[in-house]
Amino acid sequence: MMAHPFQFLLWTFYPYLMLGSFFFGTIIRFAFFHPTVTAKSSEILEKKTLMIGSILFHVGIIGVFFGHIAGIFIPKAWTDALGISNEMYHMFALGAGGVFGIMATVGVYVLCFRRYHNHRVFHASSIGDLVIITALTIEITLGMSSSFIAGPMNPSFNYRTSLAIWVRQLFMFHPDFRLMLNVPLLYKCHVVFGLMIFGAFPYTRLVHALALPWQYIFRRFIVYRKKPQI
Amino acid sequence: MKIKAQIGMVLNLDKCIGCHTCSVTCKNTWTNRPGAEYMWFNNVETKPGVGYPKRWEDESHYHGGWELNSKGKLQLKAGNKLNKIALGKIFYQPDMPELDDYYEPWTYDYQTLFGPEKKHQPVARAKSQITGDYMDLKGGPNWDDDLAGSTNTFDQDPNMQKIETDIKANFEQAFMMYLPRLCEHCLNAPCVASCPSGAMYKRDEDGIVLVDQERCRGWRFCMTGCPYKKVYFNWRTNKAEKCTFCYPRIEEGMPTVCAETCVGRIRYIGAILYDADRVAEAAEEPDDTKLYESQLSLFLDPNDPEVIKQARKDGVNDEMIKAAQNSPIYRMAVKEKIAFPLHPEYRTMPMVWYIPPLSPIMNYFEGRDSINDPEMIFPGIDEMRIPVDYLASLLSGGNKEVIKAALYKLAMMRLYMRARTSGKDFDVSKLGRVNLNERTATSLYRLLAIAKYEDRFVIPQNHKEQVEDGYAEQGELGYDECQGCSLAPQHSSMFKKAEEGKSTAEIYSETFYGGIWRD
Repeated sequence: MMAHPFQFLLWTFYPYLMLGSFFFGTIIRFAFFHPTVTAKSSEILEKKTLMIGSILFHVGIIGVFFGHIAGIFIPKAWTDALGISNEMYHMFALGAGGVFGIMATVGVYVLCFRRYHNHRVFHASSIGDLVIITALTIEITLGMSSSFIAGPMNPSFNYRTSLAIWVRQLFMFHPDFRLMLNVPLLYKCHVVFGLMIFGAFPYTRLVHALALPWQYIFRRFIVYRKKPQI
Repeated sequence: MKIKAQIGMVLNLDKCIGCHTCSVTCKNTWTNRPGAEYMWFNNVETKPGVGYPKRWEDESHYHGGWELNSKGKLQLKAGNKLNKIALGKIFYQPDMPELDDYYEPWTYDYQTLFGPEKKHQPVARAKSQITGDYMDLKGGPNWDDDLAGSTNTFDQDPNMQKIETDIKANFEQAFMMYLPRLCEHCLNAPCVASCPSGAMYKRDEDGIVLVDQERCRGWRFCMTGCPYKKVYFNWRTNKAEKCTFCYPRIEEGMPTVCAETCVGRIRYIGAILYDADRVAEAAEEPDDTKLYESQLSLFLDPNDPEVIKQARKDGVNDEMIKAAQNSPIYRMAVKEKIAFPLHPEYRTMPMVWYIPPLSPIMNYFEGRDSINDPEMIFPGIDEMRIPVDYLASLLSGGNKEVIKAALYKLAMMRLYMRARTSGKDFDVSKLGRVNLNERTATSLYRLLAIAKYEDRFVIPQNHKEQVEDGYAEQGELGYDECQGCSLAPQHSSMFKKAEEGKSTAEIYSETFYGGIWRD
């Protein structure tokens, strides 16, 4: 611990700072600032590039999200027990992850370009909107290059025996920072940057991801509301 | 049976002169804010014309309103729930209008007019209110007002493609009429049905359709759902806004701002009772041309003791029932059948009704001594300048007979009154042919032509004071989330003077001189 004070802080303190900000910030946002949670759509201002960017990005990022869940929370022992070899696992992971990853990448680049390039969209953007689209673009680029550049360049590195265990430990509240010491730099950047986005999540437009209107599926069409009576 | 009350409006298009007073007063009251510049809760369109937003009536493009699915059940035209999820419409609304379908709001670069002396006269150029960029104006609201652009805009009116009459767009034979439009406050409101967040609702007590600004998450399904394109998206607050039917005024028994300020006295506001349980059933009438009559079947006679008993049981208060009994809306839409809903074929059961315009044809047959020969009216109306099938495609889903019947009635009433005031003979038995008699013709004339304030507006008080603290609510209309939407800075000089400790009299003498306020 003492030998690596910075690494210790980065892989034990920093994640909790960010996840704490995510958790409590979201509660505060929804409890006290609920009316400010919106999809922050700019479709009225520009439609054509939004179609490509938004659909690709959202479908991609949802796939990527569940890919991360599966990759991190399914221990290697389980897939080994099912007789899935390491090669098969990575072929599948890179295949499915690649498809959704490329969708998310293309999508976010289109959205980022649109936000800065389209005058109407740019002028209607808050600082937070500009920061978060830039951060997402960097984060997705880091993620893709981790998988497709840093991964193949470091054949001895298997995230399932180091990084994934560290993440699971985070959720069990006893992370071992040494697991992260030998992780390739791109992966590290991806994790640090990703945690930062989680930390910023409640204070930006990203919160709309947690405001999904599930009730619509079961609701009757016409809603009547009555004024409270005495 | 579940009886509910609805506040509705009738617009007498016969008297609309297209002055846009309603639009302007509405705008000054409700949408004079950043982010809402392009919103016209009320606008007046010249028909035939493209409308606002452009070609809003073209539902094969915008997919607004309802349709019947293969089983004959109601379904939103923009897609059922499964379709909306499967196609990712929550990420991108394919059918939503874009700002260019309305217009990019602009102001003028007035500062250049006050610069140093130049060789040439300075010009205030148009500047976008969103980006601040200079704009080359190519369109805007009412760009085709009074048929400006005639043939181009004629062809773009979706109603023109539906009718059989050979329309000649040349000057001698052209026709036009005005169509003031506001939210229809539909009984079967597709915007309410589309809203994923449940932020849009119909008020139980008067049926006014509102957007709960606190619950709106900006998914924009209401914008595609509304076939009249009367739900707008505030690009600054990222929430939907729409005509509120001036609910704070209605609650106090006052008419809406558009109706109050209408110089032609064309607007009527009143209550009507309907059977809420049968709305979906009525909207599922398979024949477009019968939807108008199907909608009429929902309304209940407010003088029927059975209806009154049931209405009381269902929570309609006595004041509302009394208003329904004296309602000009019930009289014109249901009893006299002279007012029609706008585009009933959208299956929305709209509650803003229109009396079709008659004036352009009167001269045509009056010139042929129609007073002495009222037989001339009926063929005359069939050949009037605004074709009946054009009106039918607007107001009755293509049902020409009901439009004609209304026009006959209006024409007969005029002839009767003309004869009476000018002391001519009139065979009153002719009134029977259009289901009028001397008494009803006279009172209809009073309602339509004299249009006294108390006849036009029969609005029950809401008695909000019994459930809410009026002082606490003062000045709050749900838009307070919008930071920087206040117009106060633009009028801040007086506030500043007050802060500097100047007395009201001093501020008055400094800012009001020469007959005008100088800010």
